[in-house]
Amino acid sequence: MSTEARREMQEAERARLEGKRCRVAVCAAAGCLSNGGQAVREAIARTVREKEADGDVEVFGTGCLGLCDAGPLVQVRTESETRLYEKVDAAAAVRIAVEDAVAGTPAKDLLDAANAAFFAKQRKIVLENSGRIDPERIESCVAEGAYEALQKAVTEMTPTDVLHEITASGLRGRGGGGYPTGLKWSTVYKAKGTRKFVICNADEGDPGAFMDRSVLEGDPHRVLEGMAIAAYAVGADQGYVYVRGEYPLAVQRLKTAIKQAERAQFLGGRVLDTGFSFRVDIRIGAGAFVCGEETALIASIEGHRGTPRPRPPYPAISGLWGHPTLINNVETFASVAPIVRNGGAWYASIGTEKSKGTKVFALAGKIARTGLVEVPMGLTLREIIFDVGGGIPGGRAFKAAQTGGPSGGCIPAPHLDLPVDYESLASVGSIMGSGGLIVMDETSCMVDVAKYFMEFCRDESCGKCVPCRAGTVQMWGLLDKITRGEAARPDLERLEQLCDLLKSTSLCGLGQTAPNPVVSTLRHFRDEYLVHIDERRCPARVCEMTKAAPAEVYP
Amino acid sequence: MNLTPQTPPHPSGDKRFKLLDVAIKRHQFRQDALIELLHTAQELFGYLDHDVLIYVGRAVRAPLSRVYGVATFYNFFSMKPPGEHTCVVCMGTACYVKGAGQILQALEQKHGIKAGETTEDGKVSLVTARCLGACGLAPAVVFDGEVAGKIGVDATLERVRPWSAGSPQTEEARP
Repeated sequence: MSTEARREMQEAERARLEGKRCRVAVCAAAGCLSNGGQAVREAIARTVREKEADGDVEVFGTGCLGLCDAGPLVQVRTESETRLYEKVDAAAAVRIAVEDAVAGTPAKDLLDAANAAFFAKQRKIVLENSGRIDPERIESCVAEGAYEALQKAVTEMTPTDVLHEITASGLRGRGGGGYPTGLKWSTVYKAKGTRKFVICNADEGDPGAFMDRSVLEGDPHRVLEGMAIAAYAVGADQGYVYVRGEYPLAVQRLKTAIKQAERAQFLGGRVLDTGFSFRVDIRIGAGAFVCGEETALIASIEGHRGTPRPRPPYPAISGLWGHPTLINNVETFASVAPIVRNGGAWYASIGTEKSKGTKVFALAGKIARTGLVEVPMGLTLREIIFDVGGGIPGGRAFKAAQTGGPSGGCIPAPHLDLPVDYESLASVGSIMGSGGLIVMDETSCMVDVAKYFMEFCRDESCGKCVPCRAGTVQMWGLLDKITRGEAARPDLERLEQLCDLLKSTSLCGLGQTAPNPVVSTLRHFRDEYLVHIDERRCPARVCEMTKAAPAEVYP
Repeated sequence: MNLTPQTPPHPSGDKRFKLLDVAIKRHQFRQDALIELLHTAQELFGYLDHDVLIYVGRAVRAPLSRVYGVATFYNFFSMKPPGEHTCVVCMGTACYVKGAGQILQALEQKHGIKAGETTEDGKVSLVTARCLGACGLAPAVVFDGEVAGKIGVDATLERVRPWSAGSPQTEEARP
């Protein structure tokens, strides 16, 4: 497809949509689907058809609308207004179709005014298309500007121009590390190699995180476009998306998107009639957390056990099959197209001094509005949890927010006014991570949480290096001892020694960061550890204490 | 590399091996497709038998040690046949803080098996997942591929009960 053909597709779809008075978007993300979203969509579409209003009303499935807790969600958008219906059942679906979509009078008693607060402080860039596009139809994505940035890059910009914009934007790796994206791209661009690769890391292994899944399900073309722009900038001709096997819907949507994009010549040979070629293949992960580590991920794509190797050399110099390889996270790639479209300076105007742009968080745990949110960097934790997330349900008190999954830490109440960016979170012993934000109230025991994460790391350690393989087992054993009320003070000392040891001697990120949940809970909730040890009591009443004499518990 | 190595058809004549052959050819007998092929094999057979591992290994000319190494490394691959029904309990952080641990414990007690095992009569497999990414529905349990969100201990046991109906072993395990 040439650039004109893309414009024609865009204009044709826009013209088709202009004829519609109202658009009904039914959330088709995995959460709402498993709550009966498909039936709701069918009921609305059927009712609209019966009322012979399909000329005026468009009913379509869309990406995650955010309030996953209150699914199935239905969004009705007219020229002047956007309304969101929550917890839509079969009866409500028919009413929405008849009253709002067909007759144009909102079903007011079904609307919840409180959800306005959920959206007030959000700023959507990565998720801007949710509610606007049908991820399974490329026309609908193109109408909202998909592949416009790619066209701008390959027809009007040189690779160095693209690198310049990305560097100027201040975008940092959204997988959690926060490495400057522009710098990474420049390194791959400068690296010498006969071939180069671009890999999208969609192995979202952090328990409690579902941002990447939602982005892939809701706007796969956005990710593919970002990868293609990256490939153009660094000089790659082949890309891989490494997706978790646990996300069948994301895989399916991605496959559809790749097929459509290849047919439209946005991917494949001679992209948009230029000399640039870029193919994308999917690799499905097989359930190994360590594969989120870039060198392990590369080993997995090569068909090996997913074990990491020492760096340097970094993948940017020697990656997939020894070729220079660019690896970025889903959200990073999803941020690329808007940056190219609007310029790096525009993106850099959002956020804080060192952390630019927006970040998607998956709010979960003991929080009133569980869901997917996108906020500008620098918003405080309090604003995210209490204003956007609606606070803690059941009148309980906030205890801690866990960010960064098994590599992150718990942030206690005194730090709630911390602006959320890479540096601030690190300063209190946690990390930004990929964006999972799990809220805990007073019913959660911090030692138990630390044990939970240590168990996770113990099971997921690949076994290549000794500190991680043996250390996680020992640390878990000590934590187990504490939660059973069988530990003594020297055990705590040993635990702290092991934290240092794992951090400084493990081979890869998994082992180096595995002590983080322990370190951060020890730092902020040391009292709780001491109560477990000295008084053999769990303040949150989670751990079951064995009053028996201490026994060796090492497995 | 010779792109068409001679792989003799599987002696059992099982049609599923023919489907596996199609996938092997599509991946051009490449070793780096090993994980993809194991995915296909597990979809076809439900689990990875030694026979299947040997077959895939020969097709991509990888030693059995490597095939076995890969198959055992990843959680997704199972070397044991699954039960008639599968119940997956999500143990992601969000589900965990909302009581997934109790659900799992109740299921383990009720059916007398640990996570990752199948009841003796082969009716029910109990599996844990790292995180389904359905944290908005925490705690989430998957019954034969169907996700149920915000589910409690009793409701979970209720959903699994009919699967093992008539099995004496689970009856006696009841308190």
